[in-house]
Amino acid sequence: MSSDVILSIITAALSIATFQATVRLATPITLAALCGIWSERSGVVNIGIEGIMLSAACTGFLGTIYANQALGSKSVSLFVGLVAALATGLLLALLLGVLAVRFKTDQIIAGTVINILAVGATGYIYRRYLATDAPVAPGVLSPITDWPLIGPVFSALSHIPIIGPLLFTLQPIALSMLILVALTHYILFYTPWGLRTRSVGENPRAADTLGINVFRMRYTDVLIGGAIAGLAGAWYTLEQVGVFTPNMTAGRGFIGLAAMIFGKWNPVGAFLAALLFAFAEAIQPILQTQAPQVPYQFFAMIPYLLTIIVLAGLVGRATPPAADGKPYEA
Amino acid sequence: MATTAPTVQTQAQKPGWPDTIRRVLNSMVVPVLAVITALAVGAVIIFFTSGGFGNPSQAFQTVFLAYQGLIEGAFLKERGFSETLVATTPYIFSGLAVAFAFKGGLFNIGAEGQFFLGAVTAAWVGFAVGMPPVIHLIFALAMGFLGGAMWGAIPGFLKARTGAHEVITTIMLNYTAFLLVDWLVTGPFRSKTGTAPKTPDVLESARLPTFFAAPDRLHLGFVLAVVTAIFIWWVLNKTTLGFEIRTVGANRFAAQYAGISVARIFVLTMAIAGGLAGVSGAVEVLGLQHNLPAFFSAGYGFDSIAVALLAHSDPIGVIPSAFLFGALRNGADLMELRSGVSKQIISIIQALILLFVAAPEIIRALYRIRKPETAIEETPLTQGWG
Repeated sequence: MSSDVILSIITAALSIATFQATVRLATPITLAALCGIWSERSGVVNIGIEGIMLSAACTGFLGTIYANQALGSKSVSLFVGLVAALATGLLLALLLGVLAVRFKTDQIIAGTVINILAVGATGYIYRRYLATDAPVAPGVLSPITDWPLIGPVFSALSHIPIIGPLLFTLQPIALSMLILVALTHYILFYTPWGLRTRSVGENPRAADTLGINVFRMRYTDVLIGGAIAGLAGAWYTLEQVGVFTPNMTAGRGFIGLAAMIFGKWNPVGAFLAALLFAFAEAIQPILQTQAPQVPYQFFAMIPYLLTIIVLAGLVGRATPPAADGKPYEA
Repeated sequence: MATTAPTVQTQAQKPGWPDTIRRVLNSMVVPVLAVITALAVGAVIIFFTSGGFGNPSQAFQTVFLAYQGLIEGAFLKERGFSETLVATTPYIFSGLAVAFAFKGGLFNIGAEGQFFLGAVTAAWVGFAVGMPPVIHLIFALAMGFLGGAMWGAIPGFLKARTGAHEVITTIMLNYTAFLLVDWLVTGPFRSKTGTAPKTPDVLESARLPTFFAAPDRLHLGFVLAVVTAIFIWWVLNKTTLGFEIRTVGANRFAAQYAGISVARIFVLTMAIAGGLAGVSGAVEVLGLQHNLPAFFSAGYGFDSIAVALLAHSDPIGVIPSAFLFGALRNGADLMELRSGVSKQIISIIQALILLFVAAPEIIRALYRIRKPETAIEETPLTQGWG
């Protein structure tokens, strides 16, 4: 590869468009990581994030198209879809909670059950309701700049150099991802609730002695994580793609877990890690146009290989919550 | 309490055959009830997604037709039973791949990727290398094992060296394997003939022989799978390596203290597990497909976790467990044809089986069964991320 090609790749990779794509593609990964953080900070390993996302993507789309068929309003039907996705996230997180907290099932297996159930159930729903004769999809959520009332404000702010196009042209779920990162950080480290969450994840016995209900804390936090993973699923069908296809989450839930570990169970750290993974995805089209002689499959491998490298390089030095994955016996 | 204590003792002193049989039967109660319950829940799902209370008579008929089709397709129709055995074969190998890793305390979710690597290596050896008949077949199978073993050894090595959790690394390698094989099959290994991308057919000398005349597809792979299951049982229970693997699985720190190299066992366990999944792929190519098509979605990776757990990770138990999954997979087509119910319902039923086996408390609560006194030892998998 000549130096000209490398130079043109670098210039294209460092454009505002690439950075915009990076933040956009970081959305499901960051949300998956936040789900993992909520769950694991309270001591429950959640490996079923991928399955929760896939299920929420499916039900979100299902809710949207049937609401659109019945009501004919794009914004209302997308809202119905969003509610369906969040409800699915809560429901599957409840299943994980019951298995992990109540039945003390091995948490890795409990999460795997959710993943397998999600592939089966969404595959069935797809074939039964979506593959043929499905109602028309109304499209995706509009960027904030097109919204009534707050839209003009965001439009005006988007003219700020660099930060403007990056932050104020975002679509709603991407924007709520940024808010959720800040909110999770604040709750975990600056509120009594966060302190209790961390204490049941580090030393549930001591927390119990101090009068904290370990089981209730874990249920609540796993459910919050589930709702966030539901939002991550909604990103696929309601904000990014606009239709549901089987297995469309393509491992992003697991990459989110790697981002959580890379970010040391810290929301901001996980977000930065997610940006790295998303950047590896965002530069793929650039690499493909600049180096067409390389088969596309090798570029597509980059996020997965990067995940392995990051895990191998950092796990030893990243310390999970002490009681992570251990069922609590009252 | 005082009266029961001596009986327990006498039982422990005389562990005869009846006792062993009783234990085996006891250990089968939960799995059997799990399968029955999953099929029942499957029926409810079919009922509600094909009319439900709006048209109950039609919905009932659909449920009936679906299960009738399933049983007929799996066993009763022409060549139904032999096709079930054909479908059982890869499940035995990949179920063993997961079960074997479980014994070493490792969760191998990477059977799918290892399957692909084994399939593509065996296909390549099969079409590109010329050899005398029997030797060619053995060489192709061995290379299939090696392909899967290399892919499996990577997460084992990473876990031993860096502590990277095998659950995430194996899944990432699944996606990588899929892309790698996709490139090989659409690129360098692509057959010159035919429009759909696939590898050339493997030579006759590398194909697994079939037992009966042409339309019947039952091949030597099934016998090979059963023999492998018995061999794996022997390795785990009668060899030093097996003892070391089980010790690491039960408590890696105690194993370390006892002088076992945990790192070596991690790599070996994952390599053998990967090799078994690789043979699964090789056998599908050499015995059944005779080539590897692009976008070949096997789906054995996730299913094999359920196969292994249903068998309590027992290599012999994997055989009936795989047979059940093979029957479901084989019967699914006629089920869809007869009732119009999408065959994807099988995946839901399989996931439910896994759910009930993983959380036996649900089954025990449903059927009011007491917890067995001698609980089967379970290897904890969730040991943090390090």
